[in-house]
Amino acid sequence: MSKIEFMQGNTACAEGALAAGCRFFGGYPITPSTEIAEHMARRLPKTDGVFVQMEDEIASIAAVIGASWTGARAMTATSGPGFSLMMENIGYAVMTETPCVIVNIQRGGPSTGQPTMGAQGDMLQCRFGSHGDYSTIALSPSSVQEMYDLTAKAFNLADRFRVPVFVMSDEVIGHTRERITIPDRVEIVTRRPLEKGTLPFRGGDDGVPGFPEFGMGHGVHVTGLTHDERGYPEATDPHVHAALVQRLVSKVESARHDIADYEVVNPDAETVFVTYGPPTRSVKQVMHDQPDEGVGHLHLRIVWPFPERLLRLFTNAKTFIVPEMNMGQVAREVERHTDLPVISVPKLGGELHTPGELRTLLEARP
Amino acid sequence: MRHEIRFSGFGGQGIILSAVILGRAAALYDHNYAVQTQVYGPEARGGASMSAVIISDEPILYPEVTDPDIYVIMSQQGFEKYGTRPAPEAVMLIDADLVHSRPPCTFYEIRSTTEAKTALGRVIVANIVMLGALVAVTGVVSTAAIEKAVLDSVPRGTEELNMKALRRGFELGDKEVDTR
Repeated sequence: MSKIEFMQGNTACAEGALAAGCRFFGGYPITPSTEIAEHMARRLPKTDGVFVQMEDEIASIAAVIGASWTGARAMTATSGPGFSLMMENIGYAVMTETPCVIVNIQRGGPSTGQPTMGAQGDMLQCRFGSHGDYSTIALSPSSVQEMYDLTAKAFNLADRFRVPVFVMSDEVIGHTRERITIPDRVEIVTRRPLEKGTLPFRGGDDGVPGFPEFGMGHGVHVTGLTHDERGYPEATDPHVHAALVQRLVSKVESARHDIADYEVVNPDAETVFVTYGPPTRSVKQVMHDQPDEGVGHLHLRIVWPFPERLLRLFTNAKTFIVPEMNMGQVAREVERHTDLPVISVPKLGGELHTPGELRTLLEARP
Repeated sequence: MRHEIRFSGFGGQGIILSAVILGRAAALYDHNYAVQTQVYGPEARGGASMSAVIISDEPILYPEVTDPDIYVIMSQQGFEKYGTRPAPEAVMLIDADLVHSRPPCTFYEIRSTTEAKTALGRVIVANIVMLGALVAVTGVVSTAAIEKAVLDSVPRGTEELNMKALRRGFELGDKEVDTR
């Protein structure tokens, strides 16, 4: 039986993770993500799981990567400065193809910025923040319900593609309490085990190698250095490096339309809002208050890899409007994929776009 | 049906808990939709704290309170920061011993802190007295729903005290309405 709850976003994140089978949390508390660590600290010891408060965020992500190699579904949660500290080891997780979930409850930056205010300023950091070329997956909840659902889903994506997956939420959703439905059970798709006699870093048809289960007799070398398909360092052969990095990128990018999770409203519209996270709520309010078939909405629940084909579902589109709680980070990605005008609606300071602000923008349309 | 309720007072009065309990009553026991938000700031520890609830029979899209129709104000600083510009048709409950200003809208004077201290012997339940008065005056949630939500939310062993506080709040609210 599903259950109705009145729950905070951060709690829903922790509960979604637990429902998905997360049994390891390594973290360091930071506003506005702390409630996730607090909830995991209360709940995990009562399961067969482990909660560890590490000395900082560098150690936190390192512990999560280690836990994942034992086969556990593992996560951490942080914000702004903590996310910056995690960048190097996020690259290590990418290179070693370690499934894990990293929750970023975004706050205003740069630096310590606005610890108690919401933002979406780390959307490019989660895409490009670690050095080198790579591709990962980033989900963006716009409600407490989506916080639960998408956190659970993040674990499946991490295991399926063997990548670090980001839940890029923010203070607004993290600290809001809403009615949510806790399902009976969530869908769980675990990592494909490495078959005996197969090389541990040779991609399958989908580019994803099988995962060598701990204790099953696989002798595997795991390194952040460029490695061959056996996992041994091969850091000077240009072909080995190119093949590895191209596979790491393409295993995610080639599946982007399959990974996509979205909602489309009024596909015949000429003016189309593109949103992810909290501004989605502002757009939905505008469209509810003044129904207009000329106004469409593409709501992305997964922002990276960017599913550019969805823009073309709006065949009559003349303009895309992208409200974001940053200075236009995803608007730039939209621009890259269309010849139509893209209006970026940045908002800084921690407050969500009001429906009134968006209405004014619509009224100013030619 | 849609209500936007804004609570303000000083950090430590249980302003945020009041809003959480109200949202819980609406969402879980009256089977409506509810969203609760709050201002998280360093000033929330002793300074003016604020929390808000939207209650609706339809899903709530934009989650922030923009135009409250109900205010609960439990400190002068809270009034000054969050209560000076109510809509003329709004309703405000104020702790009359802690707030000396009066708003340009319908208001009810509830002496919740004094009542908690003298009649109940525990100042800590002032917010629950106020919550009872709020429900009696506005009917924004049912009395059965708020009773259940209070019981869910208070520490074990304090249920009786909190129920007494809530019912005292109902009486104070009813009395204020009757004397109009």
